[in-house]
Amino acid sequence: MEFTCLSEGRGFYFPPCHILDICGFRVLLDCPMDLSSLTMFMPVPTDSFTMCNGEITSRSCQRSMDLDSNENKRRKINKPFDESSLIRAEPRYKIIKNLLLWDVSSIDVVLISSPMGILGLPFLTCNKDFSAKVYATEAAARFGQLMMEDLVTMHKEFRQVYGSEGSVSPQWMKWEELELLPSELKEIALGKDGSELAGWMSLYSAADVKDCMQKIQSLKYAEEVFYNGTLIIKAFASGLEIGTCNWSIICPKGSIAYLSSSVLTSATAMCLDYTSLQRNDVIIYADFTPCHASNKSSDDNNGPSTADPNLSVGNVDWEAIADDYQEMEKLDFICSCSMDSIKAGGSVLIPVGRIGMVLQLLERIALCLESQNLKFPIFIVSSVAEELMAYTNVIPEWLNKQRQDRLYSGQQLFNHVKLLNDKRLQLFPAIHSLKLLTNWKEPCIVFCPHWSLRLGPVVHLLRRWCRDENSILVMEEGVDSNLALLPFRPMKMKVLQCSFLSGIELQFSQHLLKTLQPRHVLFPEKLRQHVDLPKNLFSSSYYSEDETLNVPNLEENSELDIAVDLALQLHYTTLKQENIRVARLKGELALEQGKYRLLLGNDQVVSSQVRSAVHLGRIELDVLLTELRKNGLNITVEEIMSADGLHKTSLVHVLEPQKATIEITKAQTLICTANNDLACQISEVVSSLLDCI
Amino acid sequence: MAIECLVLGAGQEVGKSCVVVTINDKKIMFDCGMHMGYSDNRRYPDFSLISKSGDFNNSLTCIVVTHFHLDHIGALPYFTEVCGYNGPIYMTYPTKALAPLMLEDNRKVVDRRGEEEQFSSEQILECMKKVTAVDLKQTVQVDKDLQIRAYYAGHVLGAAMFYARVGDAAIVYTGDYNMTPDRHLGAAQIDRLQLDLVITESTYATTYRDSKYAREREFLKTVHKCVAGGGKVLIPTFALGRAQELCMLLDDYWEQMNLKVPIYFSAGLTLQANMYYKMLINWTSQKVKDTYATRNAFDFKHVCSFDRSLINAPGPCVLFATPGMISGGFSLEVFKQWAPYESNLITLPGYCVAGTIGHKLMSAKTPVRINIDKDTQIDVRCQIHQLSFSPHTDAKGILDLVKFLSPKNVILVHGEKPKIAKLKEKVQSELGIQCFDPANNETVSIPFTTHYEKVGASDALLRSTLSPNLKFLRKCSEQGSDFSDLDVRTKPGLQVFDDRMAEGILMVQRNQKTKALHQDELMAMLGVESHEIKFANCCPVDIANSDTRNAFLSQPTVDKSFWQHLLFEKLSSKFPETSIQDYGEHLQIESFYVSVCTKEMCPHRTASLQCMPETVYFCCTWSIADEKLAWEIISVIKNLLLKDE
Ligand SMILES: [Zn+2]
Ligand SMILES: [Zn+2]
Ligand SMILES: [Zn+2]
Repeated sequence: MEFTCLSEGRGFYFPPCHILDICGFRVLLDCPMDLSSLTMFMPVPTDSFTMCNGEITSRSCQRSMDLDSNENKRRKINKPFDESSLIRAEPRYKIIKNLLLWDVSSIDVVLISSPMGILGLPFLTCNKDFSAKVYATEAAARFGQLMMEDLVTMHKEFRQVYGSEGSVSPQWMKWEELELLPSELKEIALGKDGSELAGWMSLYSAADVKDCMQKIQSLKYAEEVFYNGTLIIKAFASGLEIGTCNWSIICPKGSIAYLSSSVLTSATAMCLDYTSLQRNDVIIYADFTPCHASNKSSDDNNGPSTADPNLSVGNVDWEAIADDYQEMEKLDFICSCSMDSIKAGGSVLIPVGRIGMVLQLLERIALCLESQNLKFPIFIVSSVAEELMAYTNVIPEWLNKQRQDRLYSGQQLFNHVKLLNDKRLQLFPAIHSLKLLTNWKEPCIVFCPHWSLRLGPVVHLLRRWCRDENSILVMEEGVDSNLALLPFRPMKMKVLQCSFLSGIELQFSQHLLKTLQPRHVLFPEKLRQHVDLPKNLFSSSYYSEDETLNVPNLEENSELDIAVDLALQLHYTTLKQENIRVARLKGELALEQGKYRLLLGNDQVVSSQVRSAVHLGRIELDVLLTELRKNGLNITVEEIMSADGLHKTSLVHVLEPQKATIEITKAQTLICTANNDLACQISEVVSSLLDCI
Repeated sequence: MAIECLVLGAGQEVGKSCVVVTINDKKIMFDCGMHMGYSDNRRYPDFSLISKSGDFNNSLTCIVVTHFHLDHIGALPYFTEVCGYNGPIYMTYPTKALAPLMLEDNRKVVDRRGEEEQFSSEQILECMKKVTAVDLKQTVQVDKDLQIRAYYAGHVLGAAMFYARVGDAAIVYTGDYNMTPDRHLGAAQIDRLQLDLVITESTYATTYRDSKYAREREFLKTVHKCVAGGGKVLIPTFALGRAQELCMLLDDYWEQMNLKVPIYFSAGLTLQANMYYKMLINWTSQKVKDTYATRNAFDFKHVCSFDRSLINAPGPCVLFATPGMISGGFSLEVFKQWAPYESNLITLPGYCVAGTIGHKLMSAKTPVRINIDKDTQIDVRCQIHQLSFSPHTDAKGILDLVKFLSPKNVILVHGEKPKIAKLKEKVQSELGIQCFDPANNETVSIPFTTHYEKVGASDALLRSTLSPNLKFLRKCSEQGSDFSDLDVRTKPGLQVFDDRMAEGILMVQRNQKTKALHQDELMAMLGVESHEIKFANCCPVDIANSDTRNAFLSQPTVDKSFWQHLLFEKLSSKFPETSIQDYGEHLQIESFYVSVCTKEMCPHRTASLQCMPETVYFCCTWSIADEKLAWEIISVIKNLLLKDE
C-alpha cells in the first residue's frame, strides 16, 4: 500500500487531497479546488448596484481595459499594491497541480468527504479517460452539486463582462505579465516554487457539472459498497458539516480509515462517528486544521472585537476548542454585532459558505430580531437558495440528535421553514431578480455567496455598503482579508472576521487516536512537533505534501475463507520435516464482497482436472538401497558422472526377482522394467522416501 | 449449529407479528405487534416463551421493528415499559417518528372502549426514547458479531425489510412489503444476499393482481358517484399510510374533475401526520421526491379538518376517520350514524382483522343487521366498497422476492392458514426451496454449519489463481437490484473456472495460523525441490510370422510410422474415452509417451532382449500418476498383432 499526499489543503474550504494505492486499486481522496486564490482577480468590475430614493437600479458600464499597453505595465511596477494590482480578467480556477501529474485513467475510485471536496471533480470527469467510480454521501453530493451550480451561475457575470475567453491562455498567464505581478499575487499565481501555474483552469460548464453528478454513486452513512468485489467502502459521519464523512476501506489485506477534518459535536450535522472507525489497521490522519488556525494572537486577550474600519482588519480570534459552547458564543457575538448594526440603520452582510453555519445563524438572528421586536427582513440571495432551504428540511437522517428530536416531536428540522412562511425570510435567486427588486428593503440581513468576495451577490452588496460605517460584514478566517477587501477600500463598513470550528483540536487528536486503536497511523509531518503520538500503542509514520509513503503493517496474507464442505474433502499428509501437515487445495476461488472464498465449485470441471500429486525431497542412495534390499531385491549399483562432471547419475540394476534398472538423478527417478509388479514395488519404495502432496 | 425461529405471533394468521430468531448466541426479536381482534391476553405475543424468568435484557440481543402498523409495533411499549425490556431497539427514522402517533391513537380507542389501559402516553414516549433510528442500507453493528441493515419495503412510509448477519449466517425478515410502486411509495428494493433464511409476510398468499391503476379508478369512480348523488363517504383508515395514499388520489382527482365537495380528516392527528410526511419525503416514491422543492405532494389542496358537528350536516362529503377496520373510536361513531342510509358509502381496505366491524362487513351483503356489541345492533343499508388495491405484495411478488433472494429456507408468516399452506407448496415445488409455515408459539429450527474456515492466503497463490482466468459469477449481491431482470443480473465478484487452485497447498502448523500458499512457495520455504518418479519400458513386439507384417511386406514403406499408426488405431479403439495425440515422432496419452524405438542399444530395454531380428520396439515412458493406464497400454502394445475378437 502506498500513500501520496497531493495537497495539504488550506482549511475548511480547501480540504486536503491524497492518492492511496491499495490492493491494486488507486483511490483518490477528495478533489477540491482552491477558491481562495480567486482573490487575485478583480471582482466583476463594471457592474454596480445603486439605490436612488429607495429604488434599486442597476447599470453597467463597460470600461475598456488595455492590459497590453506599456503604460499599464509601468504603472504596475511602480505603483504600490492596491486595487489596480488585481488581475482584470475572467478568473481561472486553481486545482491541485500535483493531481495533474497523475494519469486520470489510472484512478479507480474517488472518495468525496465533503461538498468542498467535490468542487474540482468536474475537471476530472470531463476528461474522456476518466473511468473511476466516485462515491460520496447523498447529502455531500447534493450540497456539492448546489455549490457547483451556484458557482457556474455566478461566474457567468464575468463572461458577460469579458466575453468568452476561448481556448488560448489569457494574457495574464503569459510570463512577461506574471513577472510584473506584485509578490503577493505572484505567489498565488505561481505558488511558492513557481510550479502552480499549471493548476489554473477555466471553469467548467453547467453541463460538466451535470455529467459529473451522474458519475457519482451516492451513499448513506454506514452503507457498504463493494468496489470490484475487493474493496469494502463505507462512509461515517465526520461532524464537520451536514453529509461530510470519514471513510473506512477494507480489503482482503486489512483495513484503513481515512480521517478527514472532524468535529465532535455539531449544532446541525450528525456528530463524528468514531466508534465505527475503531480497530482499523491503518489510520490516515488528514485533519490539518491546526496548521491553518489563525496566527494565535489570543495572548493579548482582547477577546472579540469589531474591526477597525481602516487597513488592518480586526481579528476576532477564538481558540476553537472542541466545545459546542464556544461555537454558540461566537454565534451570539455575531448576532449581537448584527443587532447593533441594524439598529443603527446599517445592514448585515454574511457571505459565509458553510451551510451549517448559515442555518444556525438564520435561526439565531431571527430569534434575536424577534426577542427585540425588530422587524427587519432577512434575505438569502443565491441561485440555489430555494433548493437549499427545501433540501435542508427533508434530511433528518443527516442531522444531529437534537435536530432529529425535532422530527420526533413534530417540529420542522430548521426554523427557516416557519420564517419563510411568515415572510420574515425571503429567498432571491439573483441580485437583479424581479422578486428582489420589488421586495428589497434596507436595512436588512443578507446571506449570500461568495466568501472569496469576488463572485456573486456579495460583490454588489459590498460595493453598495462598504462606505457605510453602520453596516457590517461577517467574514470567515482563512481568507486573506487584506487582499479580499482590497477592491472595496476604503472600507468604512465594519468587518467581523471569525473562525469556526473546522476540525479536530490538537490536544484532542492524541486522545482520539488512542480511542481508535489502530495499528499504524499516518500523521502529517507538519503537526509532528505538536502531538506526541503514543509509541507503545501503535506505530506511526509522517507524511508531507508531494511525498509517497509506503504503508507497512497491513497483513502479509490475505484472508481466505474455505468452505467447510470443501475443507472436509482435502487430503492431509504430514511432511517428513518440521511437523507440517499439508493438503492440496481444489475448488474455485471467488472474490465476493471483499472476501476471497474457496468454494466447492463446478464438479465436472474440478474432477476432470485433478492434478497429479507432486513428490518433494531428494533420494538418498544409501537409504534407497537399504530399502530395496529389505524388499528382497538383488541389486548392484553403478555411478555415472555427466560429461561436464557436474551431475551424477546413479544406476541401480535389479537382477532378481526380475530385471530392472533404476536411474536416479537429483530431480528424477526413472524405473525401467517390463514387469508391472516390480515397477510398482520399486515406485512404492521410492515414494516412501519422498513427501507426496 | 442451527438458526432457531420462535414464532410468537402472525403464525398462520395476521396480527401481533413477532418472531424471535436465534443465530449462534444472538437473539433478535423481529416486530413486537398486537392483535387488533382481541382484547384479552391473546392480543400480545406470549413473551414468557422467550424467558420464563422475564429477564428479557439478558435473553434478547435486540428488537427490530419493520414499520409503524400496530400489528408490528403495538406491543412494544408494553414490552419495554411493563415487561421491562431495556435493550436496543431499531427501526427506521419514519417508523420512529410516526409510530407514537399510531400507538397514541390506538391507546385512545382502547380508552374509549372502556378497556383496561395497557400503557400510558408517557410510557409510549419513554419507549420511543429507547429506539435507535436507522437509515436504509446503513449497516448497523449491533455488537461485535451482529450486523443488521434495513432495505426499502414500500408498504407504508418507512417500512423496511431487515437483514441480519451473525458470522456467516444471514437472514432477511421482510415485515410487510409491496413489490409494485404506488402513488406515494416506491417498490421494495433489496440486494442479492447470501441467505440461510427468509421470513416473509404472505397476506395475499394466493392472490394475483392486475394493474393497480384500474383499481384506483374504480375506487375514485365509486366515491365520485356517491358524492354526486349527495351521499357521504366514510373512509375508515389508520392515521398513517393508507390515509395519505388515498388522500393523494382524491386530491388529484378533485383537482382534475374540479370537484368542490369537502374532503375531511377526522382529527388534527392526521393533518399533523402530513407534516411528518413532508419532512420524510426522501422515503416516498421517486415521482413525489422529484417535485418536493416546488410543491410538496403532501400539501393537500382540498382537505380540511372535520368537526364532530358536521356528522349530521346536510350535503355530501368525504371523511377519513380513524381507526381503520372500524375497530372502535371515531370511525365507529360515524359508522353508526351513516351506515343506515343507502346513499352513503363505506370503503374498506382489502384486509380486515378478524373480530373488527370491518371484518364483519367484508363478508356481509347489504342490507344487513350487525352486532356492534352485545347491546347495540346496526342496520347497514349503505353501499360498501372494498378497496381492491393494497400496500401488500401479491403471491407473484412474494415468489419473485424469494426467487430473487434464493435463500436456503423460507418461513411464511402473516397470512391465513389455508392460503399460507398453498403458497408453501408453491415455494417448495416451483422454487425448490425448503419452506415452513409454523403456527404461533412453534419453533422452526434450521440447521446450518459454519460455512467457512478462515485461513491466510499468500499473494503469490491469489495472483496465480486469479489473474489468468477472470470470469463473472452469477448470483450474489449487486447494489440496488430490482426484480424485473432476475436472471441477467451479475455481481461484481470474480470467479475462476480452472484448476489453478490445485497449485495451492494448505499448510497446517502447530501454533500457527493455517495458510494457503503456492506449491513453489512451500518448496522454497522448506528448501526442497520436486522429485519426479517416472517409468520407462522399451517394449518388444515379435513380428515374425505375423499376418499383418506379411500383408504389408510387399510394400517398401513398412517403417516406423507404419507401426506407430497401427498402434494409434488400436489404442483409439481400445480407449475411446481417452484423448490420444499423434505428434509424428511419438504418441501421447496423458503423461504416457510412446515411439517406435530404432536404437540398437536402448537403456530402457531389459538386457536379455537386446535387438532381436523381426522385432519392433515401442519405447514408452510415463509418470507415476498414469501408472495404471500405462500398463494397460503396454498390454495393448504386446498384443498389437493379435486380431481383435
Ligand atoms: Zn403493515
Ligand atoms: Zn402487517
Ligand atoms: Zn527404446
